[in-house]
Amino acid sequence: MAAKTKAGSPEPTRRDFLYIATGAMGAIGAGAVAWPLIRQMSPDASTLALASIEVDVSAIEPGQAITVKWRGKPIFIRNRTDKEVEEANSVELSDLKDPVARVADDEGIPATDLNRSAGEGKENWIVMIGSCTHLGCVPVGLAGDFNGWFCPCHGSHYDTAGRIRKGPAPLNLLIPPYEFVSDDTIKIG
Amino acid sequence: MSGGHSEYVPGNGFSKWLDSRLPLPRMVYDSFIAYPVPRNLNSWYTFGAILMVMLVVMILTGVTLAMHYAASTELAFQSVEHIERDVNYGWLIRGIHANGASMFFIAVYIHMFRGMYYGSYKEPREVLWILGVLIFLLMMATAFMGYVLPWGQMSFWGATVITGFFSAIPLIGEGIQQWLLGGFAVDNATLNRFFSLHYLLPFMIAGVVILHVWALHVTGQTNPTGVEVKNMRKETVPFTPFATIKDALAIVIFLLFFGWFVFYLPDFLGHPDNYIPADPLKTPAHIVPEWYFLPFYAILRAITFNIGIPFTDIVLIDSKLGGVIAMFASIAVMFFLPWLDTSKVRSGNYRPMFKICFILFAIACVALGYLGSRPAEGIYTILSQFFTAYYFAHFLIILPILGRIEKPDELPPSIADAVLDEPAKAGRGRASSPQPAE
Repeated sequence: MAAKTKAGSPEPTRRDFLYIATGAMGAIGAGAVAWPLIRQMSPDASTLALASIEVDVSAIEPGQAITVKWRGKPIFIRNRTDKEVEEANSVELSDLKDPVARVADDEGIPATDLNRSAGEGKENWIVMIGSCTHLGCVPVGLAGDFNGWFCPCHGSHYDTAGRIRKGPAPLNLLIPPYEFVSDDTIKIG
Repeated sequence: MSGGHSEYVPGNGFSKWLDSRLPLPRMVYDSFIAYPVPRNLNSWYTFGAILMVMLVVMILTGVTLAMHYAASTELAFQSVEHIERDVNYGWLIRGIHANGASMFFIAVYIHMFRGMYYGSYKEPREVLWILGVLIFLLMMATAFMGYVLPWGQMSFWGATVITGFFSAIPLIGEGIQQWLLGGFAVDNATLNRFFSLHYLLPFMIAGVVILHVWALHVTGQTNPTGVEVKNMRKETVPFTPFATIKDALAIVIFLLFFGWFVFYLPDFLGHPDNYIPADPLKTPAHIVPEWYFLPFYAILRAITFNIGIPFTDIVLIDSKLGGVIAMFASIAVMFFLPWLDTSKVRSGNYRPMFKICFILFAIACVALGYLGSRPAEGIYTILSQFFTAYYFAHFLIILPILGRIEKPDELPPSIADAVLDEPAKAGRGRASSPQPAE
């Protein structure tokens, strides 16, 4: 169109319209071809369908932890001792690198120990996605400077509430959506 | 230097017939037989040919390994062991392929340092250099995906860490990462697509190599003096036999070195943890990439601090994103090298200050490589930060300034003056039987 106008014709011609219409159809066609080729790489239906698992936690004594697999990622379930809960509770929010609780349904609440644990009456339980928020390694339990978790890959230290305290990781360990369906069973997802 | 004029004369009726239809023999003749190369090329200039051989070796062994490999999380580890133990000569073919990756990188690093020392990236060879950096990037992607295929512990966790880079991108990072992985974690979908792309990328490398060689043959090769060829007859020799034979000798020596690893130290360059099948629930104590990625890995881990507005709590770039940006920038900066180096003098031989800076830069690269293999703590982190800063300073501060303040040594007026027994003026009538390069 520009070329035509430059050449002196004041009005767009039928030919200009045809060029633009053809070009636009071509672009839409290219997009329509590209889209399935791009989207086929996204997580497929069977991956998305692995929504929830149920875990029996009755055998986990205080001070013990288990790791289960959910959506290809490890989930840490730890039954913390009173001392560990106390330690986590005594930390000031201002000392935290990431002051947000990082629970599944509410991103904004502060990272107090109660908010990160399974809640009133179940403060001893903590359930977290066991992927370091740095680059996704699995942190080692009962280790590190804060006696919580330590990521061996790049040296991130988490405390007993799974909050990042030292090292390159930007966020606290994420908490998956979960609930106690009975006293002994957790449903994750 | 290729100049457009061709000396090819078809020898028989068939070549005449073909020449006027598809002049392929003419192209081969002009590019690899009559093509004039500077007579003073030293052995550092043989690595281009070595790299060509390595690409062919990798594609050949790779295609044959793909006949026996199974890209599935259930089968991948076993199929690699099956190749090692059961397939006829599988141990040999896999040994060549696995060690070949390391050899490929040894050769490419020497090739790159040679280019940096002799200023091979300077006008008019900027595009040639940029194509080379592109090949390097493709090589890194190919090598990374290839290392995932055996599905050992290092395969799995290396893939987790590297794809984790993308989650550092604000807002869209998580989505990009899941799109790349085809799931929420590295799994079967990831392994399958990596196999597909690992098969594809070498052919893309071969395509860019053709462009790289084309660009080289348009501008002609540099040489250790950095002075352009002025007298074709005196200062160049035909590619065949001179460069062909010299490259062939270098290739044989390189293959001996390569063979030493394949036959005597087949696992020396690998990591023992990769002989443990991948376990998504357990990270090895030390995740280290293959040796050729270590300098970049050290740069990634050197950024342990958030970058924000001073005296406030506002974080612009957190440490994770900072590390990823620094690592990509360490490669991206090479694309701009032709314009960052402000000196008109090509060869480091005639640049006394550059020579020292080049050695310091090489030391910084090796130091980063060592630090990348160490745990990320204490003194290692501090040293990584120091050498990372030096790495970038070399490109962004030292090279731009050096060109302005350095007084280069006197350049020889021509290649002939620099390397022939008799200087050009006195030796005008010298008999012109071509001498081998060097």
